[in-house]
Amino acid sequence: MLNRYPLWKYLLVIVVVLVGFFYAAPNLYAPDPALQITGESSAQVIDQRTVERALNALDEAGIEHFGEEIAPDGRNALVRLRDRDVQLRAQALASRALGDGFIIALNLAPTTPDWLSNMGAQPMKLGLDLSGGVHFKLEVDTQAAVERRMEYYENAIKRALREERIRGFVAIDDGNRVVARFRDEELRERARRIVSDNHPELALDRVEEGDSWNLYAAMTEQTLNEIIDYSVNQNITTLRNRVNELGVSEPLVQKQGRNRIVVELPGIQDTAEAKRILGKVANLEFRLVANLDAPASEKQRFEYRSEDRAGMSEWLERDLIITGEHVSNAQASFDQNGQPNVQISLDGEGGTLMSRATRNNVKRRMGVLFIERKYRTRYEMQEDGTEVAVKIPFDEKKLLTAPVIQQALGAQFQITGLDSPMEASELALMLRAGALAAPISFVEERTVGPSLGAENIRLGVKSVQMGLALVVVFMVLYYRVFGIAAVIALSCNLVLLVAFMSLIGATLTLPGIAGIVLTVGMAVDANVLIFSRIREELRNGLSPQMAIHAGYERAVATILDANLTTLIVAIILYAVGTGPIKGFAVTLSVGILTSMFTAIMGTRALTNLFYGGRRVESLAIGKDVVGGASA
Amino acid sequence: MKVINFMGQRKLAILFSLVLLTVAGASLAINQLKWGLDFTGGTLVEVHYSETADLNGIRETMDGGGYAGAVVVSFGTDRDVLIRLPEGYSDSEGAAILALLQDSFAGDVELRRIEFVGPQVGDELREQGGLAMLLALGLVMLYIAFRFQFKFAVGAVVALVHDVVITLGFFSVMGMEFDLTVLAALLAVIGYSLNDTIVVSDRIRENFRKIRKADPVEVINISLTETLGRTLVTSLTTLLVLIALALFGGEMINGFAIALIVGVAIGTYSSIYVAANALLIMGVSKEDLMIPVKEGAEQEDLMP
Repeated sequence: MLNRYPLWKYLLVIVVVLVGFFYAAPNLYAPDPALQITGESSAQVIDQRTVERALNALDEAGIEHFGEEIAPDGRNALVRLRDRDVQLRAQALASRALGDGFIIALNLAPTTPDWLSNMGAQPMKLGLDLSGGVHFKLEVDTQAAVERRMEYYENAIKRALREERIRGFVAIDDGNRVVARFRDEELRERARRIVSDNHPELALDRVEEGDSWNLYAAMTEQTLNEIIDYSVNQNITTLRNRVNELGVSEPLVQKQGRNRIVVELPGIQDTAEAKRILGKVANLEFRLVANLDAPASEKQRFEYRSEDRAGMSEWLERDLIITGEHVSNAQASFDQNGQPNVQISLDGEGGTLMSRATRNNVKRRMGVLFIERKYRTRYEMQEDGTEVAVKIPFDEKKLLTAPVIQQALGAQFQITGLDSPMEASELALMLRAGALAAPISFVEERTVGPSLGAENIRLGVKSVQMGLALVVVFMVLYYRVFGIAAVIALSCNLVLLVAFMSLIGATLTLPGIAGIVLTVGMAVDANVLIFSRIREELRNGLSPQMAIHAGYERAVATILDANLTTLIVAIILYAVGTGPIKGFAVTLSVGILTSMFTAIMGTRALTNLFYGGRRVESLAIGKDVVGGASA
Repeated sequence: MKVINFMGQRKLAILFSLVLLTVAGASLAINQLKWGLDFTGGTLVEVHYSETADLNGIRETMDGGGYAGAVVVSFGTDRDVLIRLPEGYSDSEGAAILALLQDSFAGDVELRRIEFVGPQVGDELREQGGLAMLLALGLVMLYIAFRFQFKFAVGAVVALVHDVVITLGFFSVMGMEFDLTVLAALLAVIGYSLNDTIVVSDRIRENFRKIRKADPVEVINISLTETLGRTLVTSLTTLLVLIALALFGGEMINGFAIALIVGVAIGTYSSIYVAANALLIMGVSKEDLMIPVKEGAEQEDLMP
């Protein structure tokens, strides 16, 4: 019998649509404005008492709140508010009540019921143009990182040649090469062997220039890439730490391209504050541990930074040996006995200072301080009686480690006696974070105010509704019963699209909404193709059942070709596009895929249910307005 | 069914397309495109005033504040103001401008958005955009050459280039801003116009195989007539939603909607006239389609 689906096909369509409804459902629940409370350091536990303090402050000001919850690990707590307008004031009150040491972030807490979220159903994430917030694009000055490394090579080669008593002239050639000039070939050959032993990663080139025998040492492409990746990743690590200080509930720090970093901070309005914190510089100081009999005026006491040694402290001399600016690298490694250590490289000047300071102080200890800029909040009463929070910056200096100096140190030395490889890599990470990273600059910045975000959502929803309404009216008028099938399929398509986007955790942006609207217009195309084909087959004299069958069969190949090519374009858009364009590409591609399912299988199931397996005299499919049905 | 003699007007259509292309090309050469902030770099500030904004007053404030080159226009409503600084300003200007405006206005000045784009980012974007467009055209051509035949691929790409150039020309003639969303729209136009062209090509291929005694012009006329209903209906539904988007989607998405409306309209025309015309000019014939594709043979078996 024609036009009857086996039961499993009906079931498949029903199951897919039901699953779609299920995963799209969380988007129906509007999120609550909320405050998220976290501790400034990971050791800070948020307990019931902390939350009570914040809640009391809100109660006093008459701000309604509900549904507070503390995460099982005690890392953060959430307080929901009734009204979005009071969110900022609530944040100020809560941070006032809790004081320094806590970060209060604005948040939109999902209200997805448990039976949905237990199955992994989550609402779509909103892009910055819909939620409001700041988007930064930073560029890492990788050339500076490369130059620093070249300086290091220049010094290392100079020193090695001096130790071997090879006379020559060493200099940086053009930023990416070191040149060494020698009087004769023999000297150059000896130098070449030393350099290639010490630095196998350098590509060496021999050139004769007049009576000078030159040796060029350049970084290989691979080393160059490693340095660039390293400097970008180092910046990303540092930025992540700093973003956490800003108190943003869902920040994004992501590498883009070769040397760019994208930072997105939803809910942040004060870009100046955000930039100040992102752009601040951490630092290191190397100082000798003070002798016991040193007068108090010459020494200072510092606490250890790590939690294992919380409360312990050391007295360090006031004079410092070098700062982090001279540190060019720090790497966790193992010595010949398999013991974990951290290898530190200094630049030329740092090496000189270090060797001068340590030469006469062997067997004493040297402390490494990690310096962070932090802010203390003070509340000042203004003349008009309002209170403003003033952030006062201060440098927090904590001790990372204080190892014993075993011998005079130079530009390269190591810290040994570490307990575990993990401790080594942590120490190396802190040293690198404190060392001056490759400089970064802001190359792009977009701020969207919360009112514009809300308006964009409203306008977007309205245009989807209007577009859908227009298409529904047209399709039903033009294709009658078949039009109704197409419209049902189109609605299911929208549900599936939203479900799929929620499921893969895609971000919805304004261009993404435009993509949805466009999908509504284009998704009916498959049905239009099928229905025109059915009408044609009817005109060619086929019986209604045969016409439906032939119409679907023949249109499918065309639909596949047409949609696949559009998909190619959407994928290219995704590959080359950034930010909002990617959002558009995602909705467009997902829309194409879901529309093929609903328009081909979905409408077929409906038509089969309605017309299949019985005698049909005529089909309610409307008439061609153009082309004429006269033949 | 009455066959419409589309190809009878093909000379006229060529002339029409050439005129449009010339106008578009000339305008692109002379006026060029009004590149948006995404491409030029610079700073843009959108603010909302609590009362009707006095544009002249704001211009004076900006001049007085040392931003002589600033462009001040209203954006959507008379309370929304858009201020643009051409390239060369630093990333901290946005916040400074906002403070300046608030100081010189008694009511509330609400921040809607600040955008800062460094000049190097803009240049790269232009390069990437062009590259994306070429890549899209190239891959599409490959796909069609593989699925159909080389002449169809050329026809489709000619139609696409035609649509893209004319849409670009429209933006140039109207002096509308070309930003990232418009670029996305242009790529969507490529996708859409292609969709149309392929449906028509598919029918032309089918009819070349089915109708034994007919010259190419007739076959193409029959195919175009058969697909006309579908072409118009799909374009209509797409245009309906795009008009909804242009009317209700807000200022930020307006350029996107306009670009697509122009592109879809031109794309509909080009799928009827340009692609088919190109096929005729290249002398498409039954022989081109008989030998290769195996799927074609299977399709023929389905004929009643």
